[in-house]
Parts: sequence; structure tokens; C-alpha cells
Amino acid sequence: MSGQLIVHRAGPGLTLQDEGRPGYLRQGLSRGGAADSLALSEGRALLGQGAGTLALEMAGMGGEFEATEDLRIALTGAPMRASIDGARVAWHASHLLPAGARLVLGAMEAGAYGYLHLGGGVTAAPRLGAGSAHLSAGIGGRIEPGQRLALNPDPRPGATGFKIAAEPRFEGGEVRVVPSLQTEFFTPEERARFEESTFTRDARGNRMGVRFLPEGPGFASSAGLSVLSEVIVPGDIQITGDGTPFVLMCECQTTGGYPRIGAVLPADLPKVAQCAPNGQLRFRFLTLEEGLAAETRARAERKRLGARISRLIRRPEDIRDLLAYNLVGGVTAGDDLERSAEWA
Amino acid sequence: MTGGTGDRGAAGWPRVRTVGVDGFLVSFADSLSEPANRAALAFLDALEREAPEGTEETSTSLVSTYLRFDPTAVAHDAVRAALAALLASRDWYAAPLPGGRRLWHVPTVFGTDLAPQFDEAAAAAGLSPEAALESLTTARVRVQTIGFAPGQPYLGELPADWDIPRQTQLTEKVPAGALGLAIRQMVLFSVPTPTGWRHVGQTGFPLFRPEAETPFVLRPGDELCFEAVTPEKLAALDEAPMGGARSEVLA
Repeated sequence: MSGQLIVHRAGPGLTLQDEGRPGYLRQGLSRGGAADSLALSEGRALLGQGAGTLALEMAGMGGEFEATEDLRIALTGAPMRASIDGARVAWHASHLLPAGARLVLGAMEAGAYGYLHLGGGVTAAPRLGAGSAHLSAGIGGRIEPGQRLALNPDPRPGATGFKIAAEPRFEGGEVRVVPSLQTEFFTPEERARFEESTFTRDARGNRMGVRFLPEGPGFASSAGLSVLSEVIVPGDIQITGDGTPFVLMCECQTTGGYPRIGAVLPADLPKVAQCAPNGQLRFRFLTLEEGLAAETRARAERKRLGARISRLIRRPEDIRDLLAYNLVGGVTAGDDLERSAEWA
Repeated sequence: MTGGTGDRGAAGWPRVRTVGVDGFLVSFADSLSEPANRAALAFLDALEREAPEGTEETSTSLVSTYLRFDPTAVAHDAVRAALAALLASRDWYAAPLPGGRRLWHVPTVFGTDLAPQFDEAAAAAGLSPEAALESLTTARVRVQTIGFAPGQPYLGELPADWDIPRQTQLTEKVPAGALGLAIRQMVLFSVPTPTGWRHVGQTGFPLFRPEAETPFVLRPGDELCFEAVTPEKLAALDEAPMGGARSEVLA
């Protein structure tokens, strides 16, 4: 069973995303992939998907969708108002989208990137090893209203109605940073001031990078503008000419000449991605050892997402037509949780 | 061509620094020099063949080699030790250029409204437009590294006249195929981008072709010459393979 997803309405920031394309850095191509990689993993855990399955990433706003055949979906990342044929459905959860029903994903309640995961994923010919869009490199493009996306057969049809306890990351807060190759261009005083500052997420931000405005003056380094262009990786906090930090994201350029004060821990990049315009962030330096320990814990956690999944309790009033509801379809072998854990 | 700490054997170089929690950068100098550039490329080549355990990705910048690894699979100290051992195994500054190098002849429009900052760049270099054109069409530049955008080369080194700074204001957008110039280097842009480099030439050379069998056209070590053509000639080359650029194998 496959079918199509019809895009009736779409916000301006819809793209297909997966884990991206590691391995092309030496050719000048950054990894790309989902801006919030944790949300991608959460969707994988909810639907039992493998790596490479394409999901719809929605920056800022969602859209209206219809499947031509019954389709398992999961909603993760920035929570949005979601309904199926007018009945509200839970975020951070998996659902059955019946053929012909309208899925409406409305205003974002918090965060910046929401994800719609589809049973077997969207069909796309891989380019350079992946199907995801990399807009700054001109690979793939935005999803437009009226498009019909071909879907792969769902390898695990059936189980829906699960929720995942999502790690809070949609309201800004504290982001952990480790020293990086150019941190020493900044005096201990500047670094301390950086840690003590609260930053407001500027309206300027996208999959390449996000600008954060300090409450006080910008940050100065001894590097000047003469520093040789050097390797850039996602999470680098580059201090641009006016002293404003720019956190480089998944689709960043691969080299750059602005000095970098530190590097966001990979585990905390989803929190940076999900900080909506006007949201507030603080940066806290860890030592390399502390950073390694924290990152190791986070990666182990990521492999155990299945343990955060539980059955979604439906309130009867939320079920649009109780009699038509396929109650028998909800009966499973009872090992969904175990299987989810295994897939995660 | 040596200078600053780019000299072979300069104290304190090569230097290994951390990049976040999962990367190392091995730098061979803090300024651009040919030995340091060759060292970075050769070290990359060695890392590809003798990758330390846990390696996930490698790349180079102008004078540095980068390695990303899985810190949950291998100890940070073990990767650092592996890099130190590989560094000590030979004189990287004496390494030859990569093999299989090619010389590309690239039809280019200098100036006109296709490359509007040619005159400005010539003036900044203290050259008449005629002398600037002569200089840029007789220079032979080498791909020092690929980076910033997919398939995009950093090219150098131009004669000393061209040691002009980047602009303080960014040009909002230059098209793919644009030739930018600053600090004795050129960049041939592979995708439309904002830039602080002055837009002195325009080519039709497609450097990144995601659909093609060889998506990335240029390789570090390749050399390029730019041949002046008229806008009409460049337009006529639009349908030609590689925008009319031709390559020959360098010995």
C-alpha cells in the first residue's frame, strides 16, 4: 500500500528532511538534514522508521494535507495546533490519518520547526546519498501547495495512537557550549560577559544559521578580520563584524573567516533550532571533559527514545465519531512498546 | 612562497586543536603558504587511507585538516594520540601536490554589467583596467581547497598587486559562476551567494552538478586560467558542456 500525500496548503518553509548527507564536507557541502534532529528521531521512534525516511519539516507554519490511502503519521518538534477532519489531535504523537481526511496543522504554539512524519516516508530519488532538500546548495526545493507527494509503502502498517515524552526545548533557555578552536581569540572577560548575557533570537535565522542579539554591546576578539578562513561545523558560534553571535546550523557554509567564540554541544542544537524569533537563550561554557560526558549521555538517551513512548489516552469527546472508530484496529499484540523501543 | 609561520619547521606548528566535542583541526600554519597548503592536502589524503578508529568525516581548509569522529565510539585522547602519531610519521610540508591534477581554461567575461566590480578592483590594486585584464588572464591559479559552498574553490595565489581587502559591505548576491577577488585569492562561486569578495569576472562554469555522475568538478591541486571573452561569446557557450571550460591533464 502506498499512495500520495496531497498538499492543499503549505507555509513557506516546508521541505523534505532526513538525516542529511554526512561525508561531503571536503567538497564544500554541509550535512543539512532536519534542523531539529531530535524531532526526527522522535518521529522515527513513534513510527518505527529507519534512517533516511523523509519527513516534512515545517518552519514557522504548517499546512493542510490529505492522504489518498490510510496513512500512519507522527507529529513532532515545535507543537502546532493539529486536527484531523476538525477533531483536535495530540502533538508529540502518532495517529492514523484516514484516506480522504483533512489534516490541518495550524499556528505554532512554541518553537520554530514542526515535523510531519509519514508511515513509509516520501518517495524521492536520492541525490548524493539522501533525499532531503539542501536549499543553500540548490538540492531539492520547498514543498508548494498543490503538490502531490508519492509515498513509500509503510513497512509497519498498524500501530498508531502513541505519544512520546518530548524533551523540553521549545522555549529557549540554557544552551551548553564547549571551547573550540578560536575561543582563545576572546579574553576571559569577554567570555565571562558572553556567559552572563541573555540573547534574543533575531528574526534573521534559517537552516544556515541563527542570529542572537545580546542585551549589551557586541563581543570583541583579537582576531580582527585578518583571520584565515577555517573549517566551520554546525553549532559554531561565529561573532560577526558587529560583534553579534550567529549560531551556525545544519545547512551552514563549510568554511568561514569570522572568529568563533565556542561550539554548541551537538545535543543542544535542537534547542537552538527551536528558539523562535524573540525567544531568549543563554550560553554556558562546559569544559571539554564535561561536554564529552554530557554529549555521551545525550547520545545514549537518543538511542533509548522508545522508553519515552506510551499509549495515547484518547478522551472520548475527542473522538469525532466513536461508532465509526475502528476500535478493533487499536488492538495489538501488546508488544508495541517493546517494538518501539527496539526501533528507536 | 613562504611567509610567517607557513615556513617549514616553524616553532609551534603543526598544531592540533579541538573543534567542539567531536572534532580535531590539524593546522600547519596560521597564514596561507604553499607548503602548508600541500601539507593539509597530504594529511587529508593520509587520513582517508589510514583513518583513526571512530572517524566519521574529514576535510581541509586552506592550511588545516579537519577530522570528525564519534566520541561515544572512541576516546577523545585516543584520536588525539592517533593524529599526533600520524603527524610525526613524516614531513608533511615536503609532501607533493595531489595526483591527477588538471589545468582548466575557463572562458570569462571581465567587467561589463556581468561583473560590475572589475574596474573598482583594478583601481584598488592600483592597476589600469588594461593592466588588470592582462594580469588576471595571464595568471595561473591553483585550487587550494574546496569549501564554503559545494564544489567551490579557493584559488591562488595572484600577484602581489592583488592584495586588496574584502569589501566592508556585502554584495547582496552574486550568481553561480561569478569570479570573486580579494587578498591575492579568487573564489569561483558555485551557487548564488552574498559575498564580501569583489565580483570581477563571470563564467558559465558549473562547479556543482547534484544530478551528474561527477557532482563536484574541481579538485584541490587543479589549476585554472581565465580567458577573456565577450558577453555575447559567453552567452553562446551557455549550452556548451562545462560552460566552455576545457581541461588538460597536468603531469
